[in-house]
Amino acid sequence: MRVLLDTLMVLLVFTNLRLLGLSRLSASIRTVAAQGVLLGLIALAAHVGPWNARILLIAAAGIGIKGVAFPLLLRRGLRAARIRREAEPFVGYIPSVLAGVAAFVLSLGIAARLPLPGTPVSDLIVPTALTTMLVGLLLIVSRKKALSQALGYLVFENGIYVFGVGVAYEASALVEMGVLLDVFVGVFVMGIIMFHISREFDSIDTTHLATLKE
Amino acid sequence: MLSALVLIPAAAAVLCFFIRTDALRRALLLGAAVAHAALSLSTWFRAPGDAWNGTLRLDAIGQPFLTVLSALFLAATVYAVGYLRRESPGEREDFLEGFRFTNAPEAVFTGCLLFFLSTMTLVLLSENLALLWIAIEATTLSSAPLIYFHRHHRSLEATWKYLMICSVGIGLALLGIFFLAVAASAAFGGSIPLSVHALCERAAGLHAPWLKAAFIFLLVGYGTKMGLAPLHTWLPDAHSEAPSVVSALLSGALLNCAYVGILRIDQICVAAGLGPYAQGFFVWFGLVSIGIAAAFLLAQRDYKRLLAYSSVEHMGILALGLGLGGTAAFGALLHAVNHSFTKAMLFLLAGNILTVYRTKSAPEVRGVLRRIPVTGVLWLAGLLAITGSPPFGTFVSELLILRGALDQGRFWIAGLYLALLTVIFIGMAATMTRMAQGVAPQIPGATPRREESLAIGPPIALGVVALVLGIYLPPSLDAVLHRAAQALGAG
Repeated sequence: MRVLLDTLMVLLVFTNLRLLGLSRLSASIRTVAAQGVLLGLIALAAHVGPWNARILLIAAAGIGIKGVAFPLLLRRGLRAARIRREAEPFVGYIPSVLAGVAAFVLSLGIAARLPLPGTPVSDLIVPTALTTMLVGLLLIVSRKKALSQALGYLVFENGIYVFGVGVAYEASALVEMGVLLDVFVGVFVMGIIMFHISREFDSIDTTHLATLKE
Repeated sequence: MLSALVLIPAAAAVLCFFIRTDALRRALLLGAAVAHAALSLSTWFRAPGDAWNGTLRLDAIGQPFLTVLSALFLAATVYAVGYLRRESPGEREDFLEGFRFTNAPEAVFTGCLLFFLSTMTLVLLSENLALLWIAIEATTLSSAPLIYFHRHHRSLEATWKYLMICSVGIGLALLGIFFLAVAASAAFGGSIPLSVHALCERAAGLHAPWLKAAFIFLLVGYGTKMGLAPLHTWLPDAHSEAPSVVSALLSGALLNCAYVGILRIDQICVAAGLGPYAQGFFVWFGLVSIGIAAAFLLAQRDYKRLLAYSSVEHMGILALGLGLGGTAAFGALLHAVNHSFTKAMLFLLAGNILTVYRTKSAPEVRGVLRRIPVTGVLWLAGLLAITGSPPFGTFVSELLILRGALDQGRFWIAGLYLALLTVIFIGMAATMTRMAQGVAPQIPGATPRREESLAIGPPIALGVVALVLGIYLPPSLDAVLHRAAQALGAG
């Protein structure tokens, strides 16, 4: 189980790096969908002991919401906005990938300094979770399109989810459902606002949103 | 009882989306606000029991904030009825840039307002940290459509910023909760309840490094929502673009909810003996917030943004008081109550000024005292109240925080605090008195009209409370605030 879990974690880190280097938004959405499926599998693989209804529900909801529902919603948004790629991000693609690698190294360093009490299911959980969060934040601040920023937020949330299922596995199922639901509604509201941005400016480029400042 | 406080507004919110007539929907809004206020008033006479298996509990920290929320929401609702009546449907002209725009449907506005009330109540009553987190996230989602009531590009920008920044903040807070679960795993073994009560009881067994990390993430996460500098960047935009009645609720009620979120984790840190560790962070965040607010207040030309930066300042004061502890912690809790009433009043008055003058630029507003005298007088009274002048309640609470600093011999902090408050007083007074005095300019297209009672009644009521709290502090409120300060380690 441990080897499988570590493999999944490594795959997740790869999807992060891939996201940083992609310019086509539809490919980015597919990568985030793949991340969602990986997260569901990680939830199953990280579970200690026999599977029960709770863990199956969490994994299924994770795959269903993060792997299927979000990508479908975002794809609809993409079609409505009639754009294909992230043009000219604030930070270029190659520097972004390098920053992603740096984030991974940094995360390994932090994880080494803050050891988990007890015996963790995998030593890779904390670094993977932190890397995913940092990559999400990087996407939010370095991309211009509202859709790319929303994708960044999803990746950021995915990092937190990895930490949640990998380490804090004892919180009650109801809480995790509530969290998933909140994120779901959050993306839904973001989708609505994105729709309005595209209607208002005929694009979802957030550089149009620069009137309010001191 | 407690579940009714959460469920009544939620049920009314759902109903709002199905009601077709505006009048009926407004009546429902008013009815829900009155019911909520009556229920929260009754908690002072008969302590309500726990609900939802103990996850909903009204304690000394929640009670004053719940009362403030109810009172503010009732005032805002009365104001909103008048506001919605004035805001006729259909296209209108933006007075800043001259383009045409429409408002969001009134059903969406009323429904979200009620959901907002329900989620904020849930924040204040949550005994479980996970439920608290869900509720705080829900407040963001229910208030985002309220900020985007006027459908144009500026409010859209404010809403997008609000959503992105607060969502990331709330994500960090979630990670903080997971860290807390890790810290608790040693003490609790198998099942980790995220109940504040249970965590405080066994706080000694919490793993200190992870608890410290959890505190930082929760402070940064909820601090973003609370508007502590340098995490406050969403706040001035959202407050200036939202309808004034929404700004009043954001500033007076929502920021308090985020503060309560921070108080909960502080409670656990205090119980675990990490009180001084947490206090250091509060002092720094507090002073930085007051300082940044002072810098931006001085050059501020938009009077709604002026009030928004003043909120950043007051959130800084709340954090500083908490960080100083002792008398100052009690002062901070009292200040939260005082600030809410004062700031909500000022935002409602800003709405009145905006309706008549059709500009948010302070230099273009002159002669408020002559044109709309009641609003003008209240505006000046509000200026005194928000800058902590006697005889208003804010004077007492800001003085208590100063005394807390002096008692501990922290003269540098006391001096800096006083100096910054003076700068802020000068900055706000210069702008706000200039608006009140002078001769009102002729505004094309605006007909002079009498001030509506629905537009001045609520701010008068809020102002009276802000004044009375400075002269007479009800013993029951005093006792509850003392108990709350005790729970935060300030005996």
